[in-house]
Amino acid sequence: MARANRLATPALAALPLAFLGVFFVYPVVSILSLGLAPGGAVDVGAALNVLSQPFVAQVAWFTLWQAVLSTVLTVALALPGAYVFARFDFPGRRFIGALAIVPFVLPTVVVAAAFLALLGPRSPFGLRLDHSIVAIIIANVFYNYAVVLRIVGGVWSQIDPRSEEAARVLGASRWRAFRTVTLPLLRPAIASAASIVFLFTFTSFGVILLLGGAQFSTLEVEIYRQTAELLNLRTAAVLSLLQMSALVVLLFVYSRYQQRNAVQQRQLSRPMVARAPRTAAERALVGANLVLMALLLGVPLLVLVERSLAIPGGYGVANFQALFATTQLSALFVPPIEAIQNSLAFAVVATLICAPLGLAAAFVIARGRGRLASGFDALLMLPLGTSAVIVGFGFLVALGNLPIDLRVSPILIPIAHAIVALPFLVRATVPVLRSVDQRLRDAAAVLGASPTRVWREIDMPIVSRAALVGAGFAFAVSLGEFGATLFIVRPDTPTMPVAIFRLLSQPGVLAFGQAMAMAALLMFVTGASVLAFDRLRADA
Amino acid sequence: MKRFAYLMSMLLIATACAGPVNTPLPTASSSPAATPTETPEATPSLTPAPTLTAPPPTPGPTLVAGGQVTLVTHDSFAASDPVIHDFETQSGQTLKVLKGGDAGAMVNQAILTKNDPLGDALYGVDNTFLSRALDAGIFVPYVSPASASVAQEFKLDPQNRVTPIDFGDVCVVYDVKAVGGSAGDQPPPTIDELTSATYKSTLVVENPATSSPGLAFMLATIIRFGESGDYTWLDYWRDLRANDVLVVSDWNDAYYNEFSGGGSGGNRPFVVSYATDPAADVYFAGGASTTPGVQKVDDGCFRQIEFAGVLAGAQNPAGAQAWVDYMASPEFQSDIPFNMFVFPVNPDARVPSLFAKYAAQATNPLTMDPQTISANRDRWIQQWTDTVIH
Repeated sequence: MARANRLATPALAALPLAFLGVFFVYPVVSILSLGLAPGGAVDVGAALNVLSQPFVAQVAWFTLWQAVLSTVLTVALALPGAYVFARFDFPGRRFIGALAIVPFVLPTVVVAAAFLALLGPRSPFGLRLDHSIVAIIIANVFYNYAVVLRIVGGVWSQIDPRSEEAARVLGASRWRAFRTVTLPLLRPAIASAASIVFLFTFTSFGVILLLGGAQFSTLEVEIYRQTAELLNLRTAAVLSLLQMSALVVLLFVYSRYQQRNAVQQRQLSRPMVARAPRTAAERALVGANLVLMALLLGVPLLVLVERSLAIPGGYGVANFQALFATTQLSALFVPPIEAIQNSLAFAVVATLICAPLGLAAAFVIARGRGRLASGFDALLMLPLGTSAVIVGFGFLVALGNLPIDLRVSPILIPIAHAIVALPFLVRATVPVLRSVDQRLRDAAAVLGASPTRVWREIDMPIVSRAALVGAGFAFAVSLGEFGATLFIVRPDTPTMPVAIFRLLSQPGVLAFGQAMAMAALLMFVTGASVLAFDRLRADA
Repeated sequence: MKRFAYLMSMLLIATACAGPVNTPLPTASSSPAATPTETPEATPSLTPAPTLTAPPPTPGPTLVAGGQVTLVTHDSFAASDPVIHDFETQSGQTLKVLKGGDAGAMVNQAILTKNDPLGDALYGVDNTFLSRALDAGIFVPYVSPASASVAQEFKLDPQNRVTPIDFGDVCVVYDVKAVGGSAGDQPPPTIDELTSATYKSTLVVENPATSSPGLAFMLATIIRFGESGDYTWLDYWRDLRANDVLVVSDWNDAYYNEFSGGGSGGNRPFVVSYATDPAADVYFAGGASTTPGVQKVDDGCFRQIEFAGVLAGAQNPAGAQAWVDYMASPEFQSDIPFNMFVFPVNPDARVPSLFAKYAAQATNPLTMDPQTISANRDRWIQQWTDTVIH
């Protein structure tokens, strides 16, 4: 079996490596070397000159602290939610859980409109927080709450509560039982979710531009400006390397941490059946979390629905009718049905690309030890820390040299989505895989099971549920993905976020209403597909 | 940093090894998402060698029936289906449209791929990016007979590498109800007055570093007030800042969220936007209104002109020329207003009456030659940022 493993691991690693090699590393290295070494040799002096400009340090510092603050807040607010969703049953639990993921996939133009309605000039609360750091942080928490809720909640629901109960019976306080029994089992999942939140907020783009206004800038915003507006590839390349190396440091620390903290435990083969809250304290905990989620996630989403129904002089469904009408007014734009179909088709393809690659990668990382595994994990995460415009321009520079000219193929869109979604799938799967008790595998092997059979009978049932969480995330990520799509030169096959963006670039009350109606549809489609994945998981 | 370089080279090696494998492609390309586009390599097999007779630029390549023209353009490109269909019937070509972000991103993409261009023709480069595109040599000269009647003021390249297609004026636009209403308040006749106490906290502008109308308005103030003298353009911006001008990143945010006439409840009655907004406002009210809710301040307007051209190294140069001719023809030009909300350059175009009625051009539009813009853009943006933001 040991030998089989030695052969199986490189074979499994080859798939995701080849994929990322061709569609991420090669394009990114091509565009970066074009910036750093336009004449063939790297001009170190010029690169250092870029770094010594005062704006670089300012921007880098702001990027870092807003990301740290956002991550800490998100984890602190979402952890109790993860507990509530893992352990308790209450009316509407599955529905609310699905709804919580919707913010994560909404395009920033839409979220900005909702937040400005709440915190802007005509705020119903009399707040005036738009174009401030407060708005940026709240929006970051709004976006990433679901990441922690789902990744940590998924693992939490598979931790056997009887261990903690045993500790309680033996006299440990509730806090001590949590700290010494449950928390060590949760730590890998928390670190995993936190690192994703950090990556997302560190590379924040739309939120900063739209909610922060002109006075805030992150590395991602500067890279976009230098590349797409100014064609200043050297500065863009240096800033990209700065951004990526910060993330490599983070990933290095993270992998060290994960290796020290991996704990083998008995996984429940089915999630523990959540029960209704019994005591007053439990009911208060559940209630408080639901109120928080309603305020943080529910209100902005409701504002969007309200905006989509608002028409001159009252409320109605005119915006939705206009979306589907074939009058001259909507002839301008792609029929919404077509945008929905495009979005769903891209999401299916992206998930199909992503699922096998993600499972293979997760298996390699979970089984592997040391530098190889952590390097592999870092490689998977790196795309999240790479500017979308760099990847998009990299495709152009690099992919013309392949046997088939893929630069303008529509397949690039689901491929880009799959690259973005891959780490979610892997992150949802690895902690579970790592915690599968090796003795179970050994016992099966001793009893004569082949490595494939061990995988099928021991690992697969546990992994498949985690993988479905990841696949659901991947599907949703693809539905809402906007940044990377925007920078890919593409035939006219707009997705829903692109259609919303287009509607919003026309002046007029009706165009705005139609954009909001399309955003409401995107919310609906996302919520429905997440619910469907949850159903699959429950049946698995 | 060293670690990173190490990692990168490791990855490079991995790529080199993995290169020929290309695993995910076969499964992926058989998927439904791949169906909407034609495979580009199908064209040569259908038509015998379309590029054989293409010695540039004279006597001109010949058009081969059944060819495909690929148009590279920005996200705002739109045309009615019947118009596209007419082009395809007349020319015997099929049109494939590739979109690549906003005008700046699209031009930069074209420059990066100039040795192996993505398409045959490019539309959407404007006078603020023109110089960069021309200097990079992405176009080949072509004089379109269809643009013979177009005014000389639009033809900015003496070497005819680009053909003007449309133009629009970026102006300060105001909310009629909030400013000009029955209360008797009058909109300011010039942009100078926006610095007066009457108009404190009323204007929202876009950041010229991230927004095309923002850049256009900045250029307008540079032309209007100049770089030297008693009162320079930076003095004007200093006064605007003292008068609490609001700066946002892009047009969406300015128009929909901060501008009071944009429909979602901002509270600033003045915004930097387009002279065609009144027509769009009526058009998108869907018959609910015949009076535009917004109007422009007819002063300090910057004229943006958009161009099309034949890309150097095009696979189908004759098809590209046919498309440029078609874009400059009255037929396409008449379709422009309600698709892209800009004015056609061809005087023979039939502008729809609603558009003609509500979308008046600026009386004295300001312009600047593309070389000057290109040479000074970065410096001006930096000066603007230092004055208005920091």
